[in-house]
This record gives sequence, C-alpha cells and structure tokens, in this order.
Amino acid sequence: MAVQEAVVTTPLTVTVNGQERAEEVETRLLLVHFLRETLGLTGTHVGCDTTSCGACTVLVDGTPMKSCTMFAVQAEGRELTTVEGLEGAGGPPPIQEAFSAEHGLQCGFCTPGMMLTSIALLEQSPSPTDEEIRWAISGNVCRCTGYQNIVKAVHHAAAAMKEGS
Amino acid sequence: MAVAHEIRGLGHSVRRKEDARFIRGKGNYVEDISLPGMLHLELLRSPVAHARIVSIDTSRAEALPGVVAVVTGELMAQHSLAWMPTLSGDTQAVLATDKVRFQGQEIAAVVAESAYIAKDALELIDVEYDLLPAVTSPQQALEPAAPLIRDDKEGQESNHIYDWEAGDKEATEKALAEADKIVELETFYPRCHPAPLECCGCVADVNPATGKATIYMTSQAPHAHRTLFALVAGLPEHQIRIVSPDIGGGFGNKVPIYPGYVVATAASLLIGRPVKWIEDRTGNLISTGFARDYHMKGELALKDGKMTGLRVNLLSDNGAFFADAQPTKFKAGLFHIVTGSYDIPAAHVVTKGAYTNKAPGGVAYRCSFRVTEASYLIERLVQTAAYELGVDPVELRMKNFVQPEQMPYESATGFLYDSGDYPAAMNLALEKLGYDELRSEQAAAREEGRLLGIGVAFFTEVVGAGHGKEYDIAGLRMFDSAELRVHPTGKAILKLGVRSQGQGHETTFGQIIAHELGIPYEDVEVQEGDTDNTPYGLGTYASRSTPVAGAAASMISRELREKARKIAGHLLEVSEDDLEWETGRFFVKGSPDRAVTIQDIAFAAYTNLPDGLQAGLEGVHYYDPPNMTFPYGAYAVVVEIDRGTGEWRVQRMVAVDDCGVRINPMIVEGQIMGGLTEGYGIAAMELITFDDDGNCIGSTFMDYLLPTAWETPVFELGETSVPSPHHPLGAKGVGESATVGSPAAYVNAVIDALAHAGVRNIDMPVTSDKVWHALAEVGLAE
Repeated sequence: MAVQEAVVTTPLTVTVNGQERAEEVETRLLLVHFLRETLGLTGTHVGCDTTSCGACTVLVDGTPMKSCTMFAVQAEGRELTTVEGLEGAGGPPPIQEAFSAEHGLQCGFCTPGMMLTSIALLEQSPSPTDEEIRWAISGNVCRCTGYQNIVKAVHHAAAAMKEGS
Repeated sequence: MAVAHEIRGLGHSVRRKEDARFIRGKGNYVEDISLPGMLHLELLRSPVAHARIVSIDTSRAEALPGVVAVVTGELMAQHSLAWMPTLSGDTQAVLATDKVRFQGQEIAAVVAESAYIAKDALELIDVEYDLLPAVTSPQQALEPAAPLIRDDKEGQESNHIYDWEAGDKEATEKALAEADKIVELETFYPRCHPAPLECCGCVADVNPATGKATIYMTSQAPHAHRTLFALVAGLPEHQIRIVSPDIGGGFGNKVPIYPGYVVATAASLLIGRPVKWIEDRTGNLISTGFARDYHMKGELALKDGKMTGLRVNLLSDNGAFFADAQPTKFKAGLFHIVTGSYDIPAAHVVTKGAYTNKAPGGVAYRCSFRVTEASYLIERLVQTAAYELGVDPVELRMKNFVQPEQMPYESATGFLYDSGDYPAAMNLALEKLGYDELRSEQAAAREEGRLLGIGVAFFTEVVGAGHGKEYDIAGLRMFDSAELRVHPTGKAILKLGVRSQGQGHETTFGQIIAHELGIPYEDVEVQEGDTDNTPYGLGTYASRSTPVAGAAASMISRELREKARKIAGHLLEVSEDDLEWETGRFFVKGSPDRAVTIQDIAFAAYTNLPDGLQAGLEGVHYYDPPNMTFPYGAYAVVVEIDRGTGEWRVQRMVAVDDCGVRINPMIVEGQIMGGLTEGYGIAAMELITFDDDGNCIGSTFMDYLLPTAWETPVFELGETSVPSPHHPLGAKGVGESATVGSPAAYVNAVIDALAHAGVRNIDMPVTSDKVWHALAEVGLAE
C-alpha cells in the first residue's frame, strides 16, 4: 500500500437528507467517514470494511450502497439518505415503527442499513414475498435476530404504507 | 396519585425501550464517541505466525506529519506493561518484544491526529523477523520435537498447558468393560469466532490534571475490567472509570481485555490526550477471542439400550497464550457437563490443552463456558449410538433421559440439575414436527432416490454463574447486583452490574420491577455499563443476566417492599401485620378500599415517615445464586441434500425451549432465533482455519462466512415452562440456549440423510464439498 505523504483534497457537493453540503474533503476519504466524521451522522456504522455486512448502507439516489467501500467524492452531485433522514415531522415512518413493533432489532448496529435496504425494496416492490425480502436484505448481516422478525417488519411496513397511501 | 400506565410485569411482550434510539440511528456506540483533542491509534500486527523479532525501526513512521507517537513493546516494558495476565492465569504479550507467536499479534501502535495518518504510518514501521516454524495443531504442538512457542515462560519446556479431569475413572472403566455395546465418535469442533457486527474498540481519556482514567470500551463486563485494569496497569481503582456504552453485539467476544485497550490507555496517560482505538474487522477476526477448537473423542457404554458410562478425551487448541475466559478451577470450562440430558451413572472426562501459533482467547461464543462443545459431542454420540444399535434416535433419547422425578439430579461429573421435564419438551417438538409422518416421508423419498434427513438434538445447558463459591473470573466471585432508587414521585432508576449488548435489559429489567413493586415498566429507567454509577457486578455472558442480576433486581424490590409495608402501616394507621400486598399497593386486610399505592408510599418515604425509619426508598442487593440454572430444549431439523452438489437446505426447524418463566416472551423468542441462526452458521459455514505456515484463513467476512437472510432457515418455536426452583422469578436464562443446542441438530439432520449408507460423521462446518465427498464415498453422489 502506498503511503500518502501529502494531503490531497477535492471539493465535494452532495445532498444529504435533503440538505446540500459543500465540503473540501480528502480525496481518499471513504463516504462512510465523510458521513460519520465530517457531518457527524453516526447512525451509519462500519462492520467489516469489505462490502460484506451492510452496516454502512446508505441510499445513493435511492439505491442502497455500501459506504465503507465508496469514496466520498464518488457521491458528487448525488442525493444521499442516511438513517437520520428517515424521520419527518410526523414521527417515525412505517419502516422504523415496524422494526420496533416486530422486534426486528436487538443490538441496533445493523438496523440503520437494514431499514434503508428495506425502504429501497418497498419502493420497487410494495408487497414483497418472504423470498423477495430475504433476497433483498441478503447483503445486510444481522448477528442478533435471525432475520425472521426483520422479514416480519418489512411486511408490517409494507402493510402500513399501503394503508397510509 | 394516579398510575399513568399499565404495569406490565412478567409475561408481557412489551416493545423495547431501547428501540427508540436505535431505529433513529441515535445509539451511542464506542466508535460514535468523540472527545476534544482526541488522537487515533492503529495497531501494527504480525504478518507471520512465529518469528523472532530482530529489530523494529519506527523512525520513518515517527517522521510522518500528524504522527504523535509510536508505541512499541520496548516502551511498554519500561512501564511494566509489555505483558498482561490472562483470564486463565497465563500471561499474554500486549506488544511483542521477543517473538511473535501468531499471525495478527500486536507489535506496535501508532498514535496520530487521524486514523488515516495512523494507518499510513503503520506502513512505515520496519520490522525484521527471523522466521520460525509454525505450530498449527495441538497434535503437532505436543510432539516432542515441536518448536517451543512459550520460551518466555520459565520452566516451560513443551507446548503443553494443562491436564484436567472430572468424574470417576474407575467406575467408567467398569461400565465400559461390562457394556454390551460401546459406541465411539471422534469429532473436531472447529475454531469459529463470535464476530459481533461491531468490532472491539475504546476511547481512553486519562485526565492529566486529575489522573482519572475514563475508558469508554466495548465491554461485556465493565466492573471486572476496571479491577483488571487496576491490577494490570497499577492505576488506583477509584481513579478508573469504565464506561461501556451501547454495544453492537458481544456473544463472548467482548469479555476479555485486549492489547488495544491497554495500549490506548497507556498512550493517553503518556500523551495527556484522549486516544481512540477502533479495531478493523480483520483485526477482530485474527486476534480477538475465538471459540471452540476442541478435538473430542467420546465412548458411550450401553447395556440393554441404557447408557451406562461415558468416557471423553479432549484435546484443546488454546493458541499462543492460554487466555480462555472461564472460572479458575475449570480448565476446560464447563465441558464436563458432557453427559447432557441423560442419566449416565458413570462418566470420566480427561482434557488436555496445548499452545499453538494461533490467536489466543478461547471465549464461549454465545455459550456458557464450553457447554456448546459438550452438548454437541453427546448429541452426536447419541445419534451415532442409535444407528449402531438400529433404534430410532428419539427412542434412545427417551429411554435414557433424566426423568422429571429424578430432579434435582446430580450428574456423574457433579452438576446438580435444578429442574426439568425432558420428555415433555421432546414430545412437543415431535408433535410440532410431525415426526412419525416425516419418517415415512423420508423412507418414500429414499425410494425415489431423494435424501431427506431428520435431525434431533436435545440439550441441557448450565448457565447463570455463580454460585460464587465455585465460580469466579480472575478470582472475582461471580455474583451480581442491582441498586434500585424509587424517587418521591414513584418513578425509579435501576442500576445494574451487568451490561446488555442487545438483549433488551432496559425493558426486561423494568418489567421485573413492575412485577415486584407494581411500578409501571415505563417508569423505571435501567442504567448499566458505567462503573462510577452502578454497583459492582461481573457482567453479561454465560446467559447470566436474568439468572443473577434479574434475581438481584427481584430481591432488592422485595426488600424495598418490606420497608414500604412499614410506611403503608404508618399512612393507614394500622399495624403492618394487618396489611396485604397486591401488585402496586398495600391494603388493610378485609377492607380493600383502605389502601395506599406504591407511588403514595414512595412520596411518604421522603415526606411523611414513621419515627425511627430512615428516609428514602432505595437499596442495593448483591445476589450470589445457590446453584446454576439448567435451561434445556428439543430441536429438530429436516434437510434435503442435493446429490449432485452436496448442498443441503433446511426445510424445517422446530425449536422447543424451556427457560423457565419468560419475562418478556418477545425478547426471549428473539434471543432463541438469534441463537438458532448463529448455530446454523457454525454448523454450515463459519470457520477460522490456518494453512501450514499459520496464516489465518477466515480473516474477513469474505472468507469467514456468516449466515444471511437468504440461507437462514425459518424457525418454528415452541415452549414448555418448568420454573427454576431457586430463582426468585423462576427464570433460567436463555441467551445462549439455541447456539448450544442447535449445531448438533443441523449436523444430525445431514448425517441422518446419509446414515443408511453408513455415514456417521462429517465435521463442521458441514460444507457442500464435504457432503459431496461423503456422498461419493458411499456411492450416493450424482
């Protein structure tokens, strides 16, 4: 691995949770570190460093992406959603409510990424089958729940969203 | 005063209080903590498994702008911190000075203004190694000519660590001699890793003005860690504050003290600024507490279909330092509960441990001190015996179970099983599964050339350590504590010596207080993890929070209830003997309308007391349990094997658990399903292995495979409930049951599909390639 002797920076403009952010960032800065350290949005977690576990999942233009293996500068001009951007003025949205109601979380470390992936699924497939849900979240590892209650939570959210629409 | 909420004590699946922050991304994990002036520490790890260190040159690293310090073993040695004691009475290098003894061992640390700079500087440290041959198995380690790993230890002339035994040798030999059938099984329970999603880390903040060391760390046992820090670092204990904030899963991995914590604290002390160390995943997998790595041989003596004796030989691979997290007197943890759920009159367990060039720190991955290995061996052995005797595996179990009327039952190796009705749990599992129909289906499938397997496993766990007479961690007796403060307005704070890592203590323990005192669970705030603000306790592992701290919470509630009775008598102007308690209030016997609520009493405790009674409604209880608790369960799995690829897919998974009284059934079921999934991972894919040079294979989540939602089976749960007779609530603990019990069920199912062709064993993880080779060997491969 080459050692970087001098700091190289790049200007970056992104929209994070609806707010435009313009920062001069180190070019090699990972997106997850930009979110956590530059912007202080610590709800996005790091679990593996190798794109395997999904704890760092954020939505980039609505698509779940693993922010631990993406440079911040690759998000130039994009719209990002993190867990902190989910809740509007009307209280927790259906997905958050559903994860709690169905006991779809225990330690909470995978939960932000798991919810964001689920939201992207429900955008594409408002009434997913068990199989679709399990496939969609298969890039997000949970060590605590055994997934069954997460699958239930996604169904729960799907039903609530239909009722609400 | 009106009660605002429903009380909701035992048996209510109330939603978890902790969810509110986690679903918003507002958990506060160690990595989220940032202090003014904080520096970042990264560890240099050995790329080789065994080598003498010729030289370490840190000058290029020190010259990199942004680097504040480079710490080596030599510097640590100047402060007597190059080595630290382990939880098994051995020593472990903090930073290597003489040799490296496993790949991934900590050699040096860089402290810098950012983690990126610290990582850069690691590349600039030049270490010259003189390579030595690596020892990668305990069998190799114990050969006379094996390279000596622990030449640092005076008098250590081989790689042998310990011999330990339990049970009655003579009686067991007699049983074997008189048996009409002896069934043998040799199996290897491979090294795996708890791999919580959050890696280990800390922020050490030693205040240069006051000398107070505040260490935020990923700790399952903050009080024990404070004491160990005091002993290791020589810091006065009242000047150490360990804060274990939200923990992103533990599963045993966060029980030991790791070099990173010690180096970060030393660096903060020397530099006078806060220092943050956050482990990366590879560091976590290759250097921190692994699990299992047991080579086991069992011999089961049978006479007329009854189990009469069990002899077990165990060879344990402990890695480079003997750092198993377990009570002092039990060198192989509680492995000697290996007679399991069966009435086996004689047993003898002989265990041996060896050093190898692998990571140290044998922890119980979601299990109570090596119970998992024991449960696996007996359940695989019993299954083998059934095939050898030509009887149904369930029938053989039923015939040999410890029976309900034998409880409390003293096992051949000295455990006193407190309670249980094993046949009832087994029958419920069979009924849910439709066992008899499935056996017919299996036979029909076999006619068509399809391979169905039905695997059963029945486990008895031993959890909830202590009692403190026999069980300790590093000499500290295993009790636990609860401090309850009921405020004047009837709201309460409960402070505990344990530490949740996702188990939902903030909810469950609130429900215990609700049950005991009638204070609604929403009105009870549960606090844990800060050693300055909670009573001393031994921490959360070995499924001990509910059995021990849960009991402490009950007991302190009951003590406060007795004080409340005196206040109630004063308020109602009757003798306390004339009062009767029902949840949340005292009333005058025979006049249920003459009553005061717990909230009224709490207010009076600070405003209107009888003469001679101290003010306040607060207290602390330290609970040392009279015995362990013994949760159990019956698990059954149905698999189908693909004869072309060796892949096996779980079609059904039925799990009946008896953990006594369930406080929050939703949380209990969550614990069980999590354990069933980790058990599945261990059975099917999780593996830390090494090549001949000692290179760790399984060092990222690309190699160390974890079950995802896609592979994970659907679980069908069932419950029986025989309360623990000695726990104040009848609860037994549940966090680890499913990881202990389920691996044997999955493996038994795969073997069951192949048993008719003579296959008796495939070691875990049961991967497709191993199954395919087994199929090929018996002519079943397609």
